[in-house]
Amino acid sequence: MNLGRDVVGRLFNWAGVQAAGGFWMPEQGSTTAVAVDHIFSLVLWVSVFFFVLIVTLMVVFVVRYRRRPGRLEAEPSPTHNTPLEITWTVIPIAITIGIFVWGFKVYLDVNTPPANAYEVMVTGQKWKWLFTYPNGHVDENLHVPVDTPIRLVMTSEDVIHGFYVPAFRLKRDVVPGRYVKVWFSALEPGEYQIYCTQYCGTGHSDMWAKVVVHRPGGFERWLEQASNFMKTMPPAKAGEMLYRTRGCAQCHTVDGSGGTGPTWKGLFASHVPIEGGRVMVADEDYIRTCILDPTKNVPVGFQPVMPTFKGRLKDDEITAIIEYIKTLK
Amino acid sequence: MTGIESATGGFGSGGNALGRDNYLNHERGIKSWLLTRDHKRIGVMYLVVILSSFFLGGIFAELIRTKLLTPGNSALMKADTYNQMFTLHGAIMIFLFVIPGIPASLGNFVLPLMLGAKDVAFPRLNLASFYLWVGGATLALVSMVTGAVDTGWTFYTPYSTTTNTNVILMVAGVFVLGFSSIFTGLNFVVTIHKLRPAGMTWFRMPLFLWGIYGTAIIQIMATPVLGITLLLLIAERALGIGIFDPALGGDPVLFQHFFWFYSHPAVYIMILPAMGVISELVSVFSRKHIFGYTFIAMSSIAIAVLSFLVWGHHMFVAGQSTLSSMIFSFLTFMVAIPSAVKVFNWLATMYKGSIWLATPMLYVLSFLFLFGIGGLTGLFLGALAVDVHLHDTYFVVAHFHYVMFGGTVIAFLGGLHYWWPKMFGRMYSEFWGRIGALLVFVGFNTTFFTQFVMGSHGAPRRSYHYQPQFEAYHRLSTIGAYILGVGFVVIAVYLIHSLLRGRPAPANPWGGATLEWQASSPPPHDNFASTPAVGDPYDVEAWTWDGAVGGFVRRTPAEQPAGS
Amino acid sequence: MAAGTTGEGTVAGARTHRVAHHFDNAEQQFESGKLGMWIFLATEILLFGGLFCAYAVYRSNHPEVFIYAHRFLDKTLGAINTAVLICSSFTMALAVRAAQLGRRRQLVGLLGATVALAACFLGIKGLEYEKKWKEGLLWGAHFHAKLAPAPPALPQTLPPVPAAAGEERSLIPPAAIGPAGLARPGQPAVAEGPEGPPHDVQVFFAVYFLMTGLHGVHVIIGMALLSWMMVRAGRGEFSPGYLTPVDLTGLYWHLVDLIWIFLFPLLYLIR
Repeated sequence: MNLGRDVVGRLFNWAGVQAAGGFWMPEQGSTTAVAVDHIFSLVLWVSVFFFVLIVTLMVVFVVRYRRRPGRLEAEPSPTHNTPLEITWTVIPIAITIGIFVWGFKVYLDVNTPPANAYEVMVTGQKWKWLFTYPNGHVDENLHVPVDTPIRLVMTSEDVIHGFYVPAFRLKRDVVPGRYVKVWFSALEPGEYQIYCTQYCGTGHSDMWAKVVVHRPGGFERWLEQASNFMKTMPPAKAGEMLYRTRGCAQCHTVDGSGGTGPTWKGLFASHVPIEGGRVMVADEDYIRTCILDPTKNVPVGFQPVMPTFKGRLKDDEITAIIEYIKTLK
Repeated sequence: MTGIESATGGFGSGGNALGRDNYLNHERGIKSWLLTRDHKRIGVMYLVVILSSFFLGGIFAELIRTKLLTPGNSALMKADTYNQMFTLHGAIMIFLFVIPGIPASLGNFVLPLMLGAKDVAFPRLNLASFYLWVGGATLALVSMVTGAVDTGWTFYTPYSTTTNTNVILMVAGVFVLGFSSIFTGLNFVVTIHKLRPAGMTWFRMPLFLWGIYGTAIIQIMATPVLGITLLLLIAERALGIGIFDPALGGDPVLFQHFFWFYSHPAVYIMILPAMGVISELVSVFSRKHIFGYTFIAMSSIAIAVLSFLVWGHHMFVAGQSTLSSMIFSFLTFMVAIPSAVKVFNWLATMYKGSIWLATPMLYVLSFLFLFGIGGLTGLFLGALAVDVHLHDTYFVVAHFHYVMFGGTVIAFLGGLHYWWPKMFGRMYSEFWGRIGALLVFVGFNTTFFTQFVMGSHGAPRRSYHYQPQFEAYHRLSTIGAYILGVGFVVIAVYLIHSLLRGRPAPANPWGGATLEWQASSPPPHDNFASTPAVGDPYDVEAWTWDGAVGGFVRRTPAEQPAGS
Repeated sequence: MAAGTTGEGTVAGARTHRVAHHFDNAEQQFESGKLGMWIFLATEILLFGGLFCAYAVYRSNHPEVFIYAHRFLDKTLGAINTAVLICSSFTMALAVRAAQLGRRRQLVGLLGATVALAACFLGIKGLEYEKKWKEGLLWGAHFHAKLAPAPPALPQTLPPVPAAAGEERSLIPPAAIGPAGLARPGQPAVAEGPEGPPHDVQVFFAVYFLMTGLHGVHVIIGMALLSWMMVRAGRGEFSPGYLTPVDLTGLYWHLVDLIWIFLFPLLYLIR
């Protein structure tokens, strides 16, 4: 039984790939992709069969029975034939039930992660993806080891986004206020495209990222090195990394445009009017206080809505951010 | 003059009434049109405004396709403008054109005539529906000028509750349009129930009326839910009611359930009347009785019922439970069956017929080809695991257009060409008609077939930027869109030309056996001088070409071919 | 064109009234009107049906909120209002009866009584709204009531919050960038403690104001229709042979009443 299904599946897949030559689907990057492409091929061939049937009949009828001198009247033929009509009702029902069962089975597999999956947290926000690894490192691309089940725990910070990796045949809406979980296991090392598929505004079509699939052993090395970016990068570079991955970019711009919080461009060493009439110089001490106790010195024209980063940013990280701000003239 | 003409009211030569009293010249002046309660005039007014909306939506489509010639930034429009463009294209085409399209224009004109009635049940309500349409459209247009929405025509929360475009006005417009739709549906249901003349039993009704009836039921049952959904969205934006806001304990996905509870049946609001049109045309232009009347009629009702149970297939990746996904997937496959049955019945109708390749029949053949693709690609999207890959890609865009354009718009064009002589009493150029049909067919396939390929390769829809690997597909698609545009210009030109210079049309230019062909072209104000004799609506073989009349006339009993 | 066939086959003993040209007779016209009205009422039920669905979804998502928050509604005023509306349905039914018997003065009086009862309903509803407004028991973003802890008398058998139960725990500690939702600047946080009110109490009031508000709008529309019927009845437009508008207004009014009969227990009498 299993063997028979396997053979049929292989046959369909072979036929799909042979006939189309990669015409339809992108590369197969995950175990799911292989299973999904089997069904795709099945449905494709069922559809081609019926489409060819319909169009052939249509063309043959038009050619044979077209109205012409000597054929101005239709030939007598029955106006209904119940057994025939029941036949062409029942056969499509049987075929569609078959497709349904297979499609549902694969869907269940796709949605049931293996117990030992490696977990990465995914956050969607306007308009980028952030990936948080178990050791707390945050990255803008998804790095994973090859041949390992990966479980993604996804949520959104603002509107609904759609996490989509075509090569993995993996897609799920990322909804604010809840966690959604998907999993995959990559087949080959390489880079694969991530898109946002749920329309989310101006930058929706730029919400791209990469899945980087590492060879065995490569992932651990990468994670160690990437997590140590504070030590390996110059402070200003590290500060920029923190700016992008720790939520600063949500409210503070670096190009002088407006936002929920003051822009960082030209902030350092400027004179900042504070609520209550004081004016402060934005030096290292001021910025540090703002990060750790944001409601203490609120600049004029802004709401006291920034959460404290006490315990969320280490001292050397704060220093790196200050170094980064210094570079934004 | 055959005997039958004196029996059906005694029309002049060929039954053309252009020079005599007809609904077009029965009363004169703008006011007599604006305040008319005549279903035919209301149908014509709908036709004008609906085709104008189609034109406007089409311009947006051409602009979008022009931007997509290149993958990067475009001098033509910025990302925000692009987002507004595709939203307006969708909203205008869906709410102003396709949903009211066939029922409100062709349906209004033809329904009472086919039924043998003098008007719809509530003529004043019918006019009110028209003005509700105008009001809703005006609100939508005002919102376009004052801050065009950029949410996509689906208005998904929480994006729609947080964007700073003029969502409230647009949504209010759609809300008003919904009432227009409800009242039209209500009017048609009551008309079909209560105004059928003696002899017009349920199973003697033309299949177009079954299609309209199924549509009207959906309009009545589904549109109120859209109404409350849009009210909730307005309340969310205007009052911060918190019902779709996760920060306030609300659920943004609930909006999708509400929205698709309407908008999936709405797809059948769009396609059922189209199927009705095809059922009429395929019989008339095969010169043969429709095959399997009962199956076609019942499949319309089956579609109407099942259409309410499949909304969840729009949310396979939105995070609904596996069980609900399973049920919705199963029902989605089941709703495909009645459509398949109809296609087979139409093919069987052509079998051994005398197929007349006039312009309307070309649209029928287009329909079978395009709707075939549209329906079959639905199987891909119904299969859960495959849908996960294809959802929200160009594959869905292409599928949707194959069904809505390849299905509804093509049938609308077929019906328009079929009833045009009846509406205006003049024939259009058959030569240019065929050219137009061909251009639309070629342009459409070039535009949208490429999008299937692009989508299965993973190109997300609603994208201003795209990967360079998709550029070739986008270029081809845009070229197709231009061909399509030329096709529509050709159609517009010869149809308008025919209004002025067209050959006067006979009462029955195509040999249809439904009752509207017994009235003169154009029909008189009261439709029929005396109640017409109701017979089998598909007894087209009882009508034969008469060169002297330039149209079809009913055979005298002696001429009836043996065996029919 | 006055080509209508009038006169034949009208309801026995009735005076024929303006049969529109496209109807065969008054009976067909009346039947059509009645069917149209029933269909319209069905759409009204579906309109409210959406809200009833929303109610069901939020009640199953936040059962503790509904049980906690319904105590802030005034059961006595709600019950009085229910009685007022039932009375108004009764006067409406009597009004239709009066129209059938051709008693014009009685008809006008009963329609007037129905309008008065409807106004009474709205007045009481207004008192309730005013109290909620003062206490800050409002919807969504505008909710700003200082809620007392739930009294110990409240049954302690609250079902567990479904999201917390049986949920798989992530191995990852929440990152600094956890889901914040669509928090708005300056949004008041609802105090929460072991005995404090449950989370998201504002959800109940959102549902309450939506449902009663939409119903209130329908009451106002009904009052307008009833007043119009009063004017027409005063002019003597109705007769035993022609009372379709009164009949249809009556159907509408009974529906408005019926919807309230569902709203009252769902919102006020939760157990």
